[in-house]
Amino acid sequence: MSNELNLSEGLQKTVKNLTETFPDKIIEVYQSSGDTFVRIEADSLIEICNHLKSELHFIYLSDVFGIDRYTSDERFEVVYNLLNLRDRVRLFLKVRCDEENPEVDSATPVWKAASWNEREVYDMFGIQFRNHPDHRRIFMPEDFEYYPLRKEFPLLGIPGSIELPSTTPETD
Amino acid sequence: MGLESALGQGYLTTRMDSLVNWARSNAAWPMPMGLACCAIEMMAFAGPRYDVARFGSEVMRFSPRQADVMIVAGWCTYKMSHAIRRIWDQMPDPKWCIAMGACASTGGMHRCYGVVQGADNFLPVDAYISGCPPRPDAVIHALMKIQDKIKTEHSVMLDT
Repeated sequence: MSNELNLSEGLQKTVKNLTETFPDKIIEVYQSSGDTFVRIEADSLIEICNHLKSELHFIYLSDVFGIDRYTSDERFEVVYNLLNLRDRVRLFLKVRCDEENPEVDSATPVWKAASWNEREVYDMFGIQFRNHPDHRRIFMPEDFEYYPLRKEFPLLGIPGSIELPSTTPETD
Repeated sequence: MGLESALGQGYLTTRMDSLVNWARSNAAWPMPMGLACCAIEMMAFAGPRYDVARFGSEVMRFSPRQADVMIVAGWCTYKMSHAIRRIWDQMPDPKWCIAMGACASTGGMHRCYGVVQGADNFLPVDAYISGCPPRPDAVIHALMKIQDKIKTEHSVMLDT
């Protein structure tokens, strides 16, 4: 699979190591806009993350984001943007989840930096993270009922869904 | 000072309203509600080049209790709007409000679910400034409009 790809030396090593260590967990490896994406089975996310961190030196999690693919099956995708500073390798790790019960394992046990990023993904897409230490919304008000970056959410929001301050001040 | 020689030993008669309004309009201390990039232009407005001290508004008061004019400089999110309103409610009357820039006036380019589409949804705005961000002269213009407004107000309560 990796022969068709135009990979740097460090990436070649990483992809080879991954496909040999987890032969039945890697769904696809592809390149887009100069970046390399590895899509994996959701159930082995933590296992692969641990391996990437301890064996392949991906010690820096630079970003986590969600994608609403708006498809009938496996609608949501969570992407982990990983960096190996020693070998100068950037790798995108992808897992998918269903619309009915969007749930993914949290990567916070591996990288503490995942905490706020996963909260943002939860806030914007409603994807739940199992074993997250602080599973709350991060930007929107706590009592907000919608997930604004889902495709069906209107650009200007739902009128009245977020409270504005009272314009009649409380007086004695 | 020069004024003494112009008036000599004489005196001046005026209405209480005019005197109070004159004093108020030339000492409108701003509450800088700097929320985004407009706050940078607001600093220039207070700085020496544009020198709003000429109009008596150079004293940025970071305590709402000492402020007269709130300059909402930047986009207001729904979450921030509660804090802005709270600060506004703590300012003593009489008070005025400037919505500085496109975002504070209408939501501007932030046409989305998290941003209030205009500060006038929760504040009584007296002057709107267009621009993104407005030049400091435009802020001075808004301040002068508010000064005009103050000068025409009835400031002393009439006996009935």
